[in-house]
Amino acid sequence: MLKQYETVFIATPVLSDVQMKEAVAKYTGLITDNGGKIVCQEDWGLKKLAYPIQKKTTGFYTLIEFQAEPEFIAKFETQFKRDERILRFQTVSMDKHAIAYAERRRAKLSGATQPAEAPAEAPAAE
Amino acid sequence: MAQNDDIRYLNPVNVEVKKKKYCRFKKAGIKYVDYKDAEFLKKFLNEQGKILPRRITGTSLKFQKKVSQAVKRARHLALLPYVTDLMK
Repeated sequence: MLKQYETVFIATPVLSDVQMKEAVAKYTGLITDNGGKIVCQEDWGLKKLAYPIQKKTTGFYTLIEFQAEPEFIAKFETQFKRDERILRFQTVSMDKHAIAYAERRRAKLSGATQPAEAPAEAPAAE
Repeated sequence: MAQNDDIRYLNPVNVEVKKKKYCRFKKAGIKYVDYKDAEFLKKFLNEQGKILPRRITGTSLKFQKKVSQAVKRARHLALLPYVTDLMK
């Protein structure tokens, strides 16, 4: 049964754009190969980290919302662990409130004239 | 024994008017606290970046757990610092 998840991962800033895209494509491809479905994919670009990770103070943030089999998640995360380009990753399962919120957030982001990176200031308000 | 009216206060004693605290999540009807939105979560942190207790923010237990869960996730993703000074 497909459950909905969202993963945010941080890639090292050392990567060139091409490597960055290729890293993201690798994970999106991994999901679609294993019977998953990408709901949405967002690049937050280069952001300053709140604290240095592996001596780096900035990182490429990427968000992937997808639906997948629960068994697939363990495999998915070992891929992240093995990949040394990824500084940090976090996969979160989404309940119905989270899914509703994500849709509203996407509508607001696409609706907003300038694609505000951080959602509007009262994003979580119903 | 000084009578009551003898006591002169240098400055008027300001009795803190008891403001009824309310849970902003219930009032605004928010159902999900997003861990990706650091600006919103900063309202629940003090200057050192620590999570404010419920007696200060007045949030209900159910949402305080959601907020602390979201803050911990944001910290893991380096969206929020674990400890800092003069964050705001």
